[in-house]
Amino acid sequence: MTQPLVDVRDLFVTFHGERTVHAVNGVSLTLQAGETLSILGESGSGKSVTLKTLLRLLPEKRTRIEGGVRVRGVDVTTLSGRSLADHRGGVVSMIFQDPMLALDPVYTIGEQIAEAVMRHEGVSRAAGRVRALEALTRVRIPSPERRLNAYPHEMSGGMRQRAMIALAIACRPKLLLADEPTTALDATVQIQILLLLRELQQEFGMGMIFVTHDIGVAVEVSDRIAVMYAGQIVETGSLREVISAPQHPYTRGLLAANLHGAAKGERLSAIPGAPPALNEAPTACPFAPRCPSKIDVCERILPPVVRLGPERYVRCVHAAAVASPA
Amino acid sequence: MSVFATEAPALKTPLLQINDLTKHFALNGGFLGRAAGVVRAVDGVSFDVAGGETLGIVGESGCGKSTTARLLVDLIRPDSGQVVIDGRLVGVDMSVREMRRHMQMVFQDSYASLNPRMTMEDAIAFGPMVNGESKARALGLAHELLAKVGLEPVRFAGRYPHELSGGQRQRVNIARALAFSPKIVILDEAVSALDKSVEAQVLNLLADLKSELNLTYIFISHDLNVVRHISDRVMVMYLGQVVEIGPVNSLYAQPAHPYTRALLGAMPSMDPDRRTMEAPLAGDPPNPINPPTGCRFHTRCKFAAEVCSQSQPIQHILADARHYAACHAYTPGSGHPGLGMSS
Repeated sequence: MTQPLVDVRDLFVTFHGERTVHAVNGVSLTLQAGETLSILGESGSGKSVTLKTLLRLLPEKRTRIEGGVRVRGVDVTTLSGRSLADHRGGVVSMIFQDPMLALDPVYTIGEQIAEAVMRHEGVSRAAGRVRALEALTRVRIPSPERRLNAYPHEMSGGMRQRAMIALAIACRPKLLLADEPTTALDATVQIQILLLLRELQQEFGMGMIFVTHDIGVAVEVSDRIAVMYAGQIVETGSLREVISAPQHPYTRGLLAANLHGAAKGERLSAIPGAPPALNEAPTACPFAPRCPSKIDVCERILPPVVRLGPERYVRCVHAAAVASPA
Repeated sequence: MSVFATEAPALKTPLLQINDLTKHFALNGGFLGRAAGVVRAVDGVSFDVAGGETLGIVGESGCGKSTTARLLVDLIRPDSGQVVIDGRLVGVDMSVREMRRHMQMVFQDSYASLNPRMTMEDAIAFGPMVNGESKARALGLAHELLAKVGLEPVRFAGRYPHELSGGQRQRVNIARALAFSPKIVILDEAVSALDKSVEAQVLNLLADLKSELNLTYIFISHDLNVVRHISDRVMVMYLGQVVEIGPVNSLYAQPAHPYTRALLGAMPSMDPDRRTMEAPLAGDPPNPINPPTGCRFHTRCKFAAEVCSQSQPIQHILADARHYAACHAYTPGSGHPGLGMSS
C-alpha cells in the first residue's frame, strides 16, 4: 500500500493554563491522496483541535502534543522555522469559518495571494499576480480582474469565502483543511461553496479534511466520516456505512437529532445530558452517562476500538459483540 | 394598502394580526450628514397568527426576519403598520407595556440575554417584581418556572449565567419569557447556537410547554429542518418582504415562489447517492440598501420576465386557500408567461 497522505497515530492534545483540558484523547486517522474525510462532532469534541494540529496552529507554550502526526511521511510535530513555514500553505492549507479573520484587512486580495505564491515558489511579483488572477477565476469570483484590487471589506460574505479559498489553493496544496467553512453562510450560498470545494478537490486531486457539525454538509462533500466525541473518534467508516448503518449510540443519537425527515410534531429522540468537561483524560467511555445502551463495564474501562471492516472502526463495547462472529 | 389579491376565507379573529409593518433605517455618512441611503429592512409585511399555532419565519441574512420580531414587541419602533392582539390595536387599545406581557421574546445568544451579575432566580423574578409582584411571590414563581423548564430549582436557582451550559441558559431564558404567562412567545433563532443533541432537548421542551400552557409561537430560524419540524405554517421572507406563506406541508411539498424553491433546493442532501449537483442560485443575496425594483428577487430569478423588474407582485392565493405567494407568475394578466413545469 502506498504511503497515506495523512497518518495520525494515537494523538493526544492537552492544553495547560488556568485549567487543564484534555482536548484530544487518542485519535488515529489516515487519509489517502485525493480523498475527503469529514470529522463530525459537536462543540468541544476536539475536531478543530485535531485539524489545527496538522498545521501546528495551536499555541506552542500551552499545548502538549503526543503521538505521531505525519503528512506525506513528514513528522509535523518536529517541524520548525523554515520547514514549518514551507509546510504551511505549501503542502497543507486551511480555510476557516470567518474569512474576515483569515484575510488581512489592509492588503488587497491580489496582494495577499501573490505574496503567498512568491513565498512558496520563489516567483516574481508579476508572476504572483498572474497566479492570483488564475486562482480568483478558478473559484469563480465575478469580474476577477477587478477583485484583485479589492480589499476584504469590499466584498460580500460569499465572495470573501471564495477569496479565502483562492488563497488556500493558490500554491496547489496536497491537503486542504476546512474548519466549518460554510457554517456562517446563508443556505443558498453554502451549497455554492460546498459544490466549489468538491469540484476543486477532484480537479486538483487534493486530500481534504472537512470539520463540521452538520451531517448534511458532511454528506455533500465527503467519502468517509469520522464522528468525534470527547476528544476521541467514536466511529469511522465510509459515508454510506456511517449514515445508513451507524453503530455507535452517539452517532445514532446525532442522526436522530438532526431532524432530516423527522415528522412534524413527532417527539425527537434527544440525547439526554451534555458532553463531559474534559478536565481529566477519560478512563471509561465518555459517552456512558448519556448512553441508552450503557452496561456496567462502560463506566469502568475505556471501550475497545473494534474493527468492523476496512476503514470501519467503532469505539464501543457493543460493537465488539457485533464484530466477533466475523 | 391591501397586499392580498383575494380575500382570505373568513376565520375567527386571529390572536395576532400584523398589518403593513414597515421599518426603513437611514444610513448616515452622506454629504453634510445627509442620509446616504435607506435600508429597507422591513417593507410592508402583513400576516396573521392564530391562537395555539406556530408560525415559522425563514429567510437569509438581511431578509428582515429578526427586525420583524423586534418590531412586533416594539424593541424597534416601526415607521408604520399595525400590531393587533386579540382584536386590540397596540398603542391605541393596548399599551406597549401590556403588549409585552402578552408577547415575550427569546433570543439566540443565551449568554448576552442574561445579566451576568444576577442569579437565575433573580433574573426570572425581576420582571414580575418590576410589575408589582412581592419578592417572595416572584421568587416562588421563579422556582416553579425553573422546574417547568427542566432545571431543578435547588441546584440552579442560585447560579450565575457563567455556571450554566448554553442549553441550560436557554432554558432559563425560556422560563423568564414565561414569567408573565404570555400568550405569544417569539423565538428568534433560539436554538440555533446549540449543539444538535441539546437543540433536540430544547425543541422537545418547547413542544411540551406549548401544549401545557396553550402558547402561540413565532419561530424564526435559518434552519429549514427545524422550522419544518416545529411549525404549523411557514412564512418566507426576502429583502424585507413576505414572498410566500402557507401551511408547512403545502409549502415544503409545493413551494410556489421561485425563491422558496431555491431555498429548499439549497438544503444539503442526507442521501449519499443523491447529492446536490447544481446550486439553485448564484451569488449572494443583494444588499437591502436600495433593493431591486419590482419583484426584489428578479435579479436572481431564472423565471424573471419583463414585468418582474417593473411592478411589485401582490400576494396571490394558491390551491391551498391558506397558501399565498407574491409572484407575477401566479397573477393572471400580469404579463408573466408562468413558471412552466420545471421547478
